[in-house]
Amino acid sequence: MDAFRRSNGGVRTKFDAPEAALLRSLIEQVVSLLDDADEGRADPAFETGPVEPGQVSPGRDAGPGHPDEILDSSVHDIPGAAELDAMMGFSPRTRAPLDPALARLLPDAYRDDPDASGEFRRYTEQSLRSGKQETARTVLDTLPADGGPVKLSRDQAQAWLRTLNDVRLTLGVRLGVTEEFEDEWRQLDPLDPRATAFEVYAWLGDVQESLVQALS
Amino acid sequence: MSVAPSEVELPQSGEQTTPDTPWLTIVWNDPINLMDYVTYVFQTVFGYPKPKARKLMLDVHHKGRAVVAAGARESMEHNVEILHGYGLWATVSSDS
Repeated sequence: MDAFRRSNGGVRTKFDAPEAALLRSLIEQVVSLLDDADEGRADPAFETGPVEPGQVSPGRDAGPGHPDEILDSSVHDIPGAAELDAMMGFSPRTRAPLDPALARLLPDAYRDDPDASGEFRRYTEQSLRSGKQETARTVLDTLPADGGPVKLSRDQAQAWLRTLNDVRLTLGVRLGVTEEFEDEWRQLDPLDPRATAFEVYAWLGDVQESLVQALS
Repeated sequence: MSVAPSEVELPQSGEQTTPDTPWLTIVWNDPINLMDYVTYVFQTVFGYPKPKARKLMLDVHHKGRAVVAAGARESMEHNVEILHGYGLWATVSSDS
């Protein structure tokens, strides 16, 4: 991949075929993760290593039968309630997803107020999910499956930035990435099963950094 | 890096918090978001000039968090919704 360059009010670059295939595959996995209603299920495609503690948004202690949910009408079987929520674009979910990567993509809005977080989530989570999927689709629509030149308008470039970030967040959480990523990566045994994923994570950072520079 | 919020003090700058604006938008440090990306998001979302955006990013990075906006609760929630769209770890907080 070449560095992104400004071009006609937008940006341009090119990807070779394996890079395009890799990036498309990662994005499709994030789209699928965002579709996932079964939030307790980890996406096996991203199961490249242990998930470190401390990667999960705070105040999360969700689970069926949690005392806070007893009074939460949205989780009970009120006839038509789920359909009404769906019509309004509301999410029946009031707690952060159990999957740490999904919880990082859809974090709590209040650190120490589960009720306020739940209310916020109910009104915004669905549009946050669909917004992320929309930017992901923009990237898939503008990235040729066989690689080649990529020309983006400024709006499309914004979609790329966000989606590259969502992919990095997902992979970063799965890898348990810390601030010492560079050192960890350097010290990693080449035979470590995470070695390839670390390399991909670093490459995604280079792609995103290059795009930020071209837009700044 | 792990976030250690209990060790971090909120910025005391009067420019960012006044008695009339009791709600805050806070951005927390995380090990994944790129520094230049976070700066770019602050410029794009809040229209901050680059030096201010960069200073806030460095506050997030070094202090664990930074107050990036203050105002009415609804507009802070709106900020957080937008920042989540960019993948930043943002929360709403009351200034008390």
